[in-house]
Amino acid sequence: MSINWGALLVVAFVSFGAAVGVVVLVALALLGLSARANGTAVADAGAASGGSRLGMSSTAGTLVAGLCLLGAVAIAGYGIWIIIN
Amino acid sequence: MDLSVIVIAVVMTALVFDFTNGFHDTANAMATSIATGALRPKVAVTIAGVLNLVGAFLSVEVAKTISSGLVDDTQVTPAVIFGGLIGAILWNMLTWLFGLPSSSSHALFGGLIGATWVAAGADAIKFGAVVTKILLPAVISPILAGLIAMAATYLAYRITARGEDGTVKKGFKYGQIVSASMVALAHGTNDAQKTMGIITLTLITAGALPTGSGPPFWVVLSAGLAIAMGTYLGGWRIIQTLGKRVSEIQTPQGFAAETASAAVILASSHGGFALSTTQVATGSIFGAGAGRRLASVQWGVAGQMALAWLLTLPAAAIVGALAAWAASSGTFGTIVVAIVAIALIAGIYLASKRQPVTADNVNDVPVPSAPLPVNA
Repeated sequence: MSINWGALLVVAFVSFGAAVGVVVLVALALLGLSARANGTAVADAGAASGGSRLGMSSTAGTLVAGLCLLGAVAIAGYGIWIIIN
Repeated sequence: MDLSVIVIAVVMTALVFDFTNGFHDTANAMATSIATGALRPKVAVTIAGVLNLVGAFLSVEVAKTISSGLVDDTQVTPAVIFGGLIGAILWNMLTWLFGLPSSSSHALFGGLIGATWVAAGADAIKFGAVVTKILLPAVISPILAGLIAMAATYLAYRITARGEDGTVKKGFKYGQIVSASMVALAHGTNDAQKTMGIITLTLITAGALPTGSGPPFWVVLSAGLAIAMGTYLGGWRIIQTLGKRVSEIQTPQGFAAETASAAVILASSHGGFALSTTQVATGSIFGAGAGRRLASVQWGVAGQMALAWLLTLPAAAIVGALAAWAASSGTFGTIVVAIVAIALIAGIYLASKRQPVTADNVNDVPVPSAPLPVNA
């Protein structure tokens, strides 16, 4: 009876990184889209760590949303590639 | 005994198991999407059914051992497989009746273990593998998925706290559809393979296929269709449990739960750990519930599920052992087992009709606690 604890730890870290990464990226993208929707919305990107409030223009919000969604799609795409292969 | 009878019985029983696997596990991918209203119930099970069918065709690499090394494969005969499948099907039906999500894979392994024990004795059971491949993952996977979903849920609410409410809700709703689809696709790829492997191995054992053969197209198609049809039928009782009885799930939680499930399932598959999709999905939903508000999680439901998980292996093993013992006696025994199993399944189905759960009332459950606004 042997368990590859090292490999299990890798699975745990990769799962954590991928899942939390995708959720954070999508959440940030939605914040960006909110800025776009409102015109001049405010993002509180540093709220978790008590950081300052950041203003975001509509253009910046769109850019942030695009980049974050691209990152999330890349991670999801890699997941699909794993399923197929 | 007449080998063709047992071979036909195994093929048909394997497809029935595949069907029950589908409707038993629909909830894994779609429970939260249905609960949050991201997808209408019928649309959700249709998407899940189609993706399960697609998943069945994505990979045709048959598992080398259908028992995953839990028993001595040289002792696995068609009668043993038949007994194992009967044990798994009956356990799937019983847990469905009570709306409890339990692992179809573990039910199958339990059935095979019991059947092998009767056919070849306790020495043919690899108890060390049972601990490392079933018991430990059953403890680790829901905790891991739960912790990830909890962290992801917390961050999702935290980051979007100042976002525009409509945009955030809509965004997570679309995200949830994508992440749920990923889980459905992964489920089709993994679980349909089990049935393909069982049928292929049986055909090889019977001499209908040469040793080392892959699954013929009709096997891939029939296994894919069986799991897809089962998924489309929708195990509404289990969907209701996971979607409504655990916690009042909102779209950010649903998205976090499904994303955590997909990540854990894919990472573990890639790393060579065969975790139960059901246990991962269940852990994720509890974690997502706890990530928003700890008090809103119904931990009593978790206790019921844990009990079902604990009983899955021994219960399926006992039924599998009895079925294999009877089937080993010959064609008459196989037919008797099949008739008794059909009668029990019909009885369970009729019992479910007393309190039916359908697409129309799947979300009609008393809310455990007052729902919070999305940005709470």
